[in-house]
Amino acid sequence: MSCNDCDRSDRFRRAAAAGNGLPAIEPGMPTPAGTGMTRRAFLSRSAGLALAVYGGNGLGSLALDDGIAQAAATAPADQRVLVSIFMNGGIDALSLLFPAGDPQYYTLRPNIAIAQNLGRAFPEDDRLRWHPSADGLATLHAEGKVSVIQAIGYDNSDKSHFTARHYYEVGQTDAHLRTGWLGRYLDRVGAPDNPVQGLTLDTTLHPALATAKVPVATLQGADQYNFAPTPGVPAHRLEASMLQMAANIGAAHKKSTDPGLRLAGQTAYDAHRLYYQLGAFRYGFKSPVSYPSSTDPFPRRLAGLAAMIAGGMPVRVVGLSMGRFDTHAGQPAAFNRDLGLASGSLLAFQRDLEARGIADRVLVHVWSEFGRRGAENASNGTDHGAAGIGFLIGSRVKGEQIGSFPGVSGGLDGQGNVRPSADFRAVYSAVLEQWLDIDAGEVIPGVQAFSRPALLK
Amino acid sequence: MGVATYKGPFGKAQAERLLWRAGFGARAGEAEALAKLGLKRAVRALTRPAAYQLVGPDPRDERNRPIAPVDAIGHDHLSWLDRMVRTNAPLVERMTLVWHDWFATSNQGVGSQRLMLDQIELFRLNALGSFKDILLGVTKDPAMLVWLNGNQNVRRRPNENYARELMELFTLGANRGAYTETDVREQARALTGWRGNVANRQSTAFTFEPARFDATSKTIFGKTGNFNWQDACQLCLDHKLHPSFFVTKLWSYFVPTKLDAATAKSLQELYASRRVRPVVEAILMHPALYDGPRMVTPPVVFNAGLLRMRGRYVDTSTWWTLGRQAGQQLFYPPDVGGWDDTRWLDTATFRGRWFIAALAQADGGMPSDSPRDPAKLVERALGFWGSPTITSTTQGLLRAFAAAQLKRKESPANVETALRRLVASSPDLHAV
Repeated sequence: MSCNDCDRSDRFRRAAAAGNGLPAIEPGMPTPAGTGMTRRAFLSRSAGLALAVYGGNGLGSLALDDGIAQAAATAPADQRVLVSIFMNGGIDALSLLFPAGDPQYYTLRPNIAIAQNLGRAFPEDDRLRWHPSADGLATLHAEGKVSVIQAIGYDNSDKSHFTARHYYEVGQTDAHLRTGWLGRYLDRVGAPDNPVQGLTLDTTLHPALATAKVPVATLQGADQYNFAPTPGVPAHRLEASMLQMAANIGAAHKKSTDPGLRLAGQTAYDAHRLYYQLGAFRYGFKSPVSYPSSTDPFPRRLAGLAAMIAGGMPVRVVGLSMGRFDTHAGQPAAFNRDLGLASGSLLAFQRDLEARGIADRVLVHVWSEFGRRGAENASNGTDHGAAGIGFLIGSRVKGEQIGSFPGVSGGLDGQGNVRPSADFRAVYSAVLEQWLDIDAGEVIPGVQAFSRPALLK
Repeated sequence: MGVATYKGPFGKAQAERLLWRAGFGARAGEAEALAKLGLKRAVRALTRPAAYQLVGPDPRDERNRPIAPVDAIGHDHLSWLDRMVRTNAPLVERMTLVWHDWFATSNQGVGSQRLMLDQIELFRLNALGSFKDILLGVTKDPAMLVWLNGNQNVRRRPNENYARELMELFTLGANRGAYTETDVREQARALTGWRGNVANRQSTAFTFEPARFDATSKTIFGKTGNFNWQDACQLCLDHKLHPSFFVTKLWSYFVPTKLDAATAKSLQELYASRRVRPVVEAILMHPALYDGPRMVTPPVVFNAGLLRMRGRYVDTSTWWTLGRQAGQQLFYPPDVGGWDDTRWLDTATFRGRWFIAALAQADGGMPSDSPRDPAKLVERALGFWGSPTITSTTQGLLRAFAAAQLKRKESPANVETALRRLVASSPDLHAV
């Protein structure tokens, strides 16, 4: 069951059943942001909405000096966006781009290897083929819009989900760092008052986007940030005023010396800003292409993201996650399903950006915390490995692989895991410098030693 | 040298903090009564409770039907929330929640609410008891065997999922030099032998089968023997880096500041017997809990706390969807690492907490004789929640809100109900 979908339909059903319609904040809402909505239209609607909702309630308005609107108004129309997509659990690189030309692969995986004749060829390395469920990625690769990052990792990994994921999130092999690499980027270039600059489209904040200074936002989807009504919770007559007041109380605490009060205050304050700024998307949005139909929220989150970027939302970096790739047991079925959805959704997202004419502004970075063991285990699954696989996707990427596949015949380490051929910090440095236009050393100290691959055409 | 003890005043505010950290907030009058006991007796009232009892009506859904924890989606969450609200031993439920996070098992991978509830009952029965009992119990617990593939770990080609997390997350910690990759593989062999599974929510028997067990020699942490699953656990419990891992992790559930070296050392001494209660007692009496900063309350604790403050019981199934929106659906931690207790609040989870605050007061009805006096309205709104301690900053803004709304000719009753919502969703109650 899709919880997002059911929340949404329930919300309308409930509102209708309540007999009193939607609360005062809702009527007169702008029509859903469609594909033709311009930045200017978006901005003026936001401002109009702010006045309609908050004008004259006697409380003063945070809306009128809103940082999000200001950031949108001042951001260049060609503001680049980085979308970071986490393939959760350690995706099996040896299935995704499988070494069909390496007999050792079939020895290591007698039960779960992909048959030699399946999937599409990978022209850059004739030992490899795309998994049959990765057709979307193969299509984009054939168009020169995918750079595969081969055998990405770091030396001496400990095979822990949490250690590896943390390193990838903070951009360093430092177990104690609390800010994410994208968060530190935002701390350097972001605005003090624009939460959507760092957008997590998930149930909770992605640690890669954790900042020390500037605000960031988390929401489950472009049209999922409603405050009233929600199924089972009656709306109050003063709903809009209360939300405003909660933000005012938050504002009074967001400079508190107590970190707990400070965080709670800042969050209440940011929530209010985010809520009204997303007004244009509250009842949905239109997409020029169709996305895979799924109970998983991933494709719809991407669709909403494309609409938000096209609508002029001042987004800089975005975090999403996808799938459950920790396939210790019964790998083939789960892997096919989740990879198929990921690949199809990424293809649809690229097509969506192209249709909206914003594909040149967006770079997608797909990553996972590690790859999996060369040999299968006894449960038709694979255990934690070392080096994995990643992708850079977009109209601007070079479309050439980074690093190289070391092979399973000679490329495995003493524990039977793939040796890294590309370091994640080198890729991050290249993304920071070549896409986000900032000296990587400002975000990830000590990365001078890593030689940067060329990412863009 | 023992563990430092808090020497400052132990009044209502301190008792409230203790009840939020070691339980689920205070019922009306509960903090005042606890404060009268003084610190030591107050802590012991929590760590050594009377025989376990649930007080109040059984949980119901919004149509007044009994809930079905084993069968209905979300009713597992409701049934545990109900215990948090009704228990006479809040620390027992809070420790059960700690173990649920510590050995984070998700029904996403288990597929049986029955097995999940059984696992939680194991934690509840041993909540403040022996960590060894908990560890041995959870290692052969059916939900855990399914979750981390212990049921598929057989000789010749072991599945090392449980072996790794046993050391990394449950007993020793990563990046500390406590174990090697070889130890992971050898532990996996020691842990072979279990079978059983879940299909269509029905579970088979979970049994140890000698034929699936790798009965040959293993070398773990430099010791060699024909180790089995019990040895695997015992080797971890006896590891010299286990006590420091244990006390540091346990501390983090109660105090947001870093554990200092001297306190860590004293707590490890209290843990020599591998019993939980002495360590928890020392943490709950530590100055850092009372003098230190506030701590963001986990969403389900926030939810249960608001109900306790109100004297309300579980009477709607909406709580489980709101728990999910607030970032904590019981029995569904995000992964085996558990919830990130340092990151409960963001704009998405704030929204869920906003709804929780709204629903928690929704049955309160319209006050009939609300005064046209901002200060009195605020006082009444606080009284609605059992008069929790609120900062003067928040109180001042609540009064300003009331004054502005009254000036706009809003009815005092509406203002009062709005104030109830604002009290419950103020930063003061999100972080205590």
